[in-house]
Amino acid sequence: MPQLTKTFPIKARDFIRAGEVSIQIQGLLKTIGFEPALIRRVSICAYESEMNVVMHGGDGTLTLNVDPSVILIEVKDDGPGIENIELAFQEGYSTASKEYREMGFGAGMGLPNIKKSADTVEIRSQKGGGTYLKMCFLLSRGDGQGTGK
Amino acid sequence: MKLSEIRDILKATVVVGEDKLDMTIEKGAGTDLMSDLLRGPTSGVLLLSGLNNIQTIRTSVIAGVAALVLVRNKTPDQEMIEQARQHDLPLLSTPFTMFTACGRLFRHGLRGVEDKSPK
Repeated sequence: MPQLTKTFPIKARDFIRAGEVSIQIQGLLKTIGFEPALIRRVSICAYESEMNVVMHGGDGTLTLNVDPSVILIEVKDDGPGIENIELAFQEGYSTASKEYREMGFGAGMGLPNIKKSADTVEIRSQKGGGTYLKMCFLLSRGDGQGTGK
Repeated sequence: MKLSEIRDILKATVVVGEDKLDMTIEKGAGTDLMSDLLRGPTSGVLLLSGLNNIQTIRTSVIAGVAALVLVRNKTPDQEMIEQARQHDLPLLSTPFTMFTACGRLFRHGLRGVEDKSPK
């Protein structure tokens, strides 16, 4: 299992490129040879968090870290932060504008989808202080099969 | 169901993927909400959507959608076509509305992603 750390920039409100980072990550994980269900879970979390940064955050970064026991995705942005984290994890709760809803987002499922797909989720955010999100995917047997969550 | 049958049932135009019409697809999903698509067991499905923008392509790639059909004669732009080509995602456009398109496919045997009917 190769060790890998790669950081990608994410630009706020860049809807032309939004999602490209996650597609690159999906490609990297396929190249390494992880099984499809695990790749899908990681890609969905990367994509939902990337879209969150583009829509709600400021400029930020997404870092992929692969080691023999875990895949880690860390997403940081210097945006306005999340006022109420508990509410943000509630299905259907959304602060998205009409414009974002018309683009197919803002259903209030981003963070709930992340929680469902990752093995562990850690979030730190405060109003005006940016957001840090860490998602772990355990490779419990060290063979790339993941936990089968 | 073969993608070529889906094309015929939906009287669809194939924008990308003429070479993939032999592909077999077992299940379908219809949504304009991208997070709904990411929520469900939508890997390998035919997606019908009225959402005609680049994120429909990217979300389909992330979710592992087998082929995408835009309903109500939506015409994808060049960027969408290029991205669909790049990611080997067949892209079709049908004149039918979402409801009618889903109904026609269901009548011909394409089913949704539910394992069984909820009680």
